[in-house]
Amino acid sequence: MTPASERPLTAMIDPAAGPPDCAAYGRAGGWQATRLALGSLAPAEIIDMVTRSKLRGRGGAGFGTGQKWSFVPKEPASERRKYLIANADEMEPGTFKDRWLLEGNPLQLVEGMILAAYGVQAGHGIVFLRGEYQEACARLHRAIGEARQQGWLGENILGSGFSFDIHIHSSAGRYICGEETALLTALEGRRATPRSKPPFPQTGGLWGAPSVVNNVETLCNLPHIIANGPEWFTGLGLGDDGGTKIYGVSGRVTKPGAWELPIGTPLRQIIEDHAGGMRPGYQLRALLPGGASTAFIDATALDVAMDYGSVEKAGSRLGTGMAIILDDRTCPIGMIRNLEHFFAQESCGWCTPCRDGLPWVERLLDAIEDGTGRDEDMDQLDRHARMLGAPGRTFCAHAPGAMAPLASGLKLFAADFAAHIQQGRCPHQAGAGAGAGP
Amino acid sequence: MWTAEYPLPAPMRAEILALAAQELHPRGASVAALRLVQARFGWVSTVHLREVADLLGISADDLDGVATYFNLLFRRPVGRHVIMLCDSVSCWIMGREPLCAHLCGKLDIRPGETTADNAITLLPTVCIGHCDHAPAMLIDDTLHGDVTTASLDQLIDTLRNTP
Ligand SMILES: Cc1cc2nc3c(=O)[nH]c(=O)nc-3n(C[C@H](O)[C@H](O)[C@H](O)COP(=O)(O)O)c2cc1C
Ligand code: SF4
Ligand code: FES
Repeated sequence: MTPASERPLTAMIDPAAGPPDCAAYGRAGGWQATRLALGSLAPAEIIDMVTRSKLRGRGGAGFGTGQKWSFVPKEPASERRKYLIANADEMEPGTFKDRWLLEGNPLQLVEGMILAAYGVQAGHGIVFLRGEYQEACARLHRAIGEARQQGWLGENILGSGFSFDIHIHSSAGRYICGEETALLTALEGRRATPRSKPPFPQTGGLWGAPSVVNNVETLCNLPHIIANGPEWFTGLGLGDDGGTKIYGVSGRVTKPGAWELPIGTPLRQIIEDHAGGMRPGYQLRALLPGGASTAFIDATALDVAMDYGSVEKAGSRLGTGMAIILDDRTCPIGMIRNLEHFFAQESCGWCTPCRDGLPWVERLLDAIEDGTGRDEDMDQLDRHARMLGAPGRTFCAHAPGAMAPLASGLKLFAADFAAHIQQGRCPHQAGAGAGAGP
Repeated sequence: MWTAEYPLPAPMRAEILALAAQELHPRGASVAALRLVQARFGWVSTVHLREVADLLGISADDLDGVATYFNLLFRRPVGRHVIMLCDSVSCWIMGREPLCAHLCGKLDIRPGETTADNAITLLPTVCIGHCDHAPAMLIDDTLHGDVTTASLDQLIDTLRNTP
C-alpha cells in the first residue's frame, strides 16, 4: 500500500471510524492550509500556486484549474457577488469516486472550497449534490454545520475579513446537470438545459454573477497543494500531470474498487495489481478508461499511462479515471446499446441532433442486438457517430460524449456487428454472456 | 389527514417560503420545495404543484417543466416503497437484466409499475455510484450492492412487512 503522505486525498478516510470531525481533521493536518492562506497569502498567490501545481480538473474535461480561475473578475468578495460551486453530481456511469471523498472526509471538501473561494474571492459556496447521495448529504450537512460553529465558515473567517458560507443543493437526478452550464440553470430552478458560451460561467454564471464550477476531487486536492506547496504536488505525478488521481475499475475483475494512485499510473497496474485482474474464466476484451463517455481501448493498449495526454494519444480520454471492463463473454453490442440507452434517456432535448439522433442510434442497436439488424444500419450508425461525434454540431458535449464509445466500438467490434447481422441473433446470448450474472 | 388532494399544511407552506427566502430569487428553491412535498406525500400532485408555484411566484406550467424534468421527482403516485434498480453499464455487465426479470416475476409488475397491494414501485435508475458492488439498487434511500436473486427475495419479503 502507498504511504499515507503519498495518498493525500484518502489518507484520512477510515470507513470503520467514519468521517473525521473538525478536531480530528485538524489533528491529522487539516486546516493548516486555511490558516496559511487566510493568514498570510493573497488571493492571487493561491491562484498562482494552483497553476504551478499543474492541477487539472478531475470532472472529465481536464481543464487547468488555476487557468480556469484566472478568468474570474478580481474584485474582493465583499464588493461583488461571486459563487464557488462544487460539482458533486457524479452521474457518469461507472464512476464512484466523488462519493468516496464526500462520505469519507467531507471536511476536506469544505476546506478545498474555502481555499478556492478565497482564491477567486467568492463569498457564496454551493455543493451541487446528486439527489441519490443521501448518506453523503447527511455527512456533508454535519460537516458544514460543525465548521460553521467552529468559525471555519461564516463571517470574517479567522479574523481575515474574508466571509464565506456553503449551502447544499440536493438535485433530483439528471445526468446533464453535471455539465457546468446546465448545472447553473438547474440551480436557478429551471429545466436544466445547457447555456451557450460566452458568457463563460467565470464572468456570467449563476444569476449572472461570476461563478466557478469545480469537481469534488479537484477541490479536495487544494488543502494539500496549499499546505505542502505546488512542487510537492507535481512531484506526486509520474508523468506530465501533477498529483494523485482516484482510479477505479468495475466489471468482471476480481476486486472491483477505487484507489488513490499517482497520476500517470499505467492502466495495466491498476487492473492487475489493484483490481486483482480478471475473474477466473474471463478475459479482458476492451475497456472504457474513464467512464461511459470515453472511447473504448482494447487489450493491446493496457500499458498506457493514465494521464490526460497519454490516454488521448491512445485514442480515448482520461475522463473520470474510472474504467469499465468489457470481458470476452459479454456482448460488446449489448454493452454499447446499454450505453446509448443511457445517453438517449439523459439527453436534455434542447437541440435536435441529440434529441432525435440518440434514440435513433438506440433503436438501431436494439435491432442489431435482437437479430433484426440490416447491413444499411451500419451506415446509419457510422453516420451518426461522425455527425454527432464532432464537437460543435450539438449544443453541448453530451452528444459527442455519447458517440465516443459508439465510434470506437464500430471499429473495434466490426466483426461482432457483422456476425449479429449475418446470423440474425446475438451470438453471445446462447452462452453465459451479456448480463447473465457474475 | 393531509393528502395529495388537499392544500399543503401551513407549516410546509412556511417551510417553502423560508427555502425561497434563502435564494437570491425564489425560483431557485423549485427543486428543494418539490422534494419537500414529495418527502411528505410520496409524489407531487397537481394541486400541490400549483400551490408551490404560487408560493415561488412562478407559473404552474413553468414549475411543471422542472418537475417533469427530473428522474427523482414523481408526478404520479408511487407505492409505499420505491425500488430503483440500476440499469447502467457496470450493473448491466454484472447481471442486472436477469435480476430485473426475477423481480418483475416476483412482484408481478413491469418496471415503472406499482404492485397491486400498493407496497412497491419498481423503477430503473441510472448509475448510483456503487459500480464496484454491481448489481446495485436503492430501496427508498438505502443503497444495496452485490445483489443476488436470493438477497433480493429476502429484501422484498422484509419490505412487504414494513409499513
Ligand atoms: C454531459 C456532461 C456531464 C458532466 N457531468 C459531470 C459530473 O457529474 N461531475 C463533474 O464534476 N463534472 C461533470 N461534467 C464536466 C463539467 O461540465 C465541468 O467540466 C466540471 O465540473 C469542471 O470541473 P473541473 O474543472 O474541476 O473538472 C460533465 C460534462 C458533461 C458534458
Ligand atoms: S447535445 Fe443533447 S444534452 Fe446537450 S444541449 Fe443538445 S440535446 Fe441537450
Ligand atoms: S453502473 Fe450501476 S451503480 Fe454504477
